[in-house]
Amino acid sequence: MVHYIARRLLYMVPTLLAISILTFLVIQAPPGDYLNTVVAKLEAEGQYVDRAQLEALRNRYGLDEPIWVQYWRWITGIIIHGDFGHSFVYSAPVADVLKERFGFTVLLSVTSMAFVWAVAIPVGMYSAVKRYSPADYTFTFIGFLGLAVPNFLIALVLMYISYSYFGQSVGALFSPEFAESSWNLGKILDLLSNLWIPIVIIGTAGTAGMMRIVRANLLDELHRPYVTTARAKGLTEGSLLMKYPARLAASPIVSTIGWLLPSLISGEIIVSVVLNLPTTGPVMLRALESQDMYLAGSFLLLLSVLTVVGTLISDVLLARLDPRIRYGKR
Amino acid sequence: MQSGEVLQGADEALEHASNEPVSATRGYWHLVWRRFRRHRVATISAIILILIYAVALLAEFVAPHGTASRFEGYQNAPPQVISLVDTSDGFRVGLFANGYAVEEDEESRRRTMSVDESSVRELGLFVKGEEYKLAGLIPWDRHLIGPVDPEEPVFLLGTDSLGRDLFSRIVHGTRVSMSIGLVGVAASMILGILFGGLSGYYGGATDTLIQRFIEFIMSIPSLPLWMVLAASIPTTWGPITSYFAITLILSIIGWTDLARVVRGRFLALREEDFVESARLDNARTLRIMRRHMLPSFSSHIIAALTLAVPGMILAETSLSFLGVGLQAPVVSWGVLLQEAQSVRSLVTTPWLMFPGVAVIVAVLALNFVGDGMRDAADPYN
Repeated sequence: MVHYIARRLLYMVPTLLAISILTFLVIQAPPGDYLNTVVAKLEAEGQYVDRAQLEALRNRYGLDEPIWVQYWRWITGIIIHGDFGHSFVYSAPVADVLKERFGFTVLLSVTSMAFVWAVAIPVGMYSAVKRYSPADYTFTFIGFLGLAVPNFLIALVLMYISYSYFGQSVGALFSPEFAESSWNLGKILDLLSNLWIPIVIIGTAGTAGMMRIVRANLLDELHRPYVTTARAKGLTEGSLLMKYPARLAASPIVSTIGWLLPSLISGEIIVSVVLNLPTTGPVMLRALESQDMYLAGSFLLLLSVLTVVGTLISDVLLARLDPRIRYGKR
Repeated sequence: MQSGEVLQGADEALEHASNEPVSATRGYWHLVWRRFRRHRVATISAIILILIYAVALLAEFVAPHGTASRFEGYQNAPPQVISLVDTSDGFRVGLFANGYAVEEDEESRRRTMSVDESSVRELGLFVKGEEYKLAGLIPWDRHLIGPVDPEEPVFLLGTDSLGRDLFSRIVHGTRVSMSIGLVGVAASMILGILFGGLSGYYGGATDTLIQRFIEFIMSIPSLPLWMVLAASIPTTWGPITSYFAITLILSIIGWTDLARVVRGRFLALREEDFVESARLDNARTLRIMRRHMLPSFSSHIIAALTLAVPGMILAETSLSFLGVGLQAPVVSWGVLLQEAQSVRSLVTTPWLMFPGVAVIVAVLALNFVGDGMRDAADPYN
């Protein structure tokens, strides 16, 4: 097991390297260098530009040096000093903006994933066991619908309904009385009571997709000879299902973290923009609109790293479940 | 039609009667088609899809008005319901809708439009309206549906804050929204077949390298990457250039799924006898791929392609909705939905969410057709 985890960690290195290079290229993509953008922006606002400060910034990012030196400075700054660069939209270090926002994104993505599993696995299993029953058709239809409706549209409709019928806006993670207060039990409970709306919206498409996977996987297993054998030996239907087919059907489910997490993060971003949640989504959009590339790029980098780590966790879980993977059989 | 059904019945009877299935004597595509038709939801969805693409092709004819035509004094007009009879003055059969009433709030000076039940406006089919060029070629001025009297317009799905007919704009948006899926998938197809084919045919180191690359692309959350790439499209680019830039950006991620399907099929087919014999006949690799392997899983590819289109449509809608995709003079469903972004516009003009209905219908139909095709792709199974 340790051997397996070590090998997977080793595999991560080239992926992370590729992600960092891609992010760096994205940061470099806009025409002109970063400082020109900053200067243009400051001058457009009629602010005084300090030449000495500019020189200092130019040195710090090594803008006069070849591109690989710039990349090296940028990536070592992140790894060693946690220095992601400077955001001129927020006039603050990128790391500070990230710190504020990234936690909520992780929270929302992880809880949405838990929601997807909590709903999709039982429903998918029920659909498979009661195949072609009215409930199965209903769930299948809801599943198709969930895949077809863009999640920002669900957010819009919910916003419309709650505003025009209940006279309140959905979306904020905290009620007004807790928004500014420091963390305490009341605030946490308040967060939990508000969190479910974005979770349901973000999780819809994932739940729909996952439901179909669970159903298909379990259906494949249910007609295997070993199930018939177990039934012939007198196992009750319930323990029969949980003991063998459900466990075998579970391994592809765990391996879906790899695609579920990126899609949840994508959903989280757009839903947060609509509901104006204090997560990465709105900030990233704002950063892109004003070409604040260090900020936008850092978000891309961290979100990608988050998915890579998520995939690693899913692979380790999968190896726990399935010894064939653990012992490196291909 | 009837004889066809009888024939099909006979086929099935034969299939049951003998061990040698009819599939051996019928053409491959014939079998795929028969399998597909048995899937009723998929068949209905296919018809809906054909209609949607017909609307996309003939948008100028179907829409009563142009995309940019503004109606002074008709800002934020609510949707109208068409009735088939008019009883206000005797009894008439035709297409009718009500007129509009305007109320002005004394204090805020805000005008709100409502449906005036007492007045009647007549609609007609094939009415004269704005001139246009059908499919960009034939000049014409007839519209499928529209007001009989141009001075008395009717807005089936309401208007936006600038007094533009939402129904017409959705119809025009069909062209961009539906075609971006097709163009994007075509681009993905080339990449997917090429890399998937190489990966599956050669195996070994090539396979590992390409698979690692695909895993890398899949590990990046797609929306943030699309947002970043789309935001770096220069604003100076014209609508057509940015349209193609967006499709290209969408297919950067889109091809990976397809490459996996192709690779899987290639791996399965590589060991088949007919491939082996082609190789022994000294056929070149590319020829083996094209002549011998591709045809035997083209139905799988078509199914995978169909299932990839809705993702592209949803992605374009999301990007345009966020304001980093296609930009305003271009009309797509996502661009239209952008106007429904704030709570205030949602509450006063909820009909601005109608383009979302178009997205849902199109994506559902595509998903059903793709599912039906995937089931039909293996007719010998």
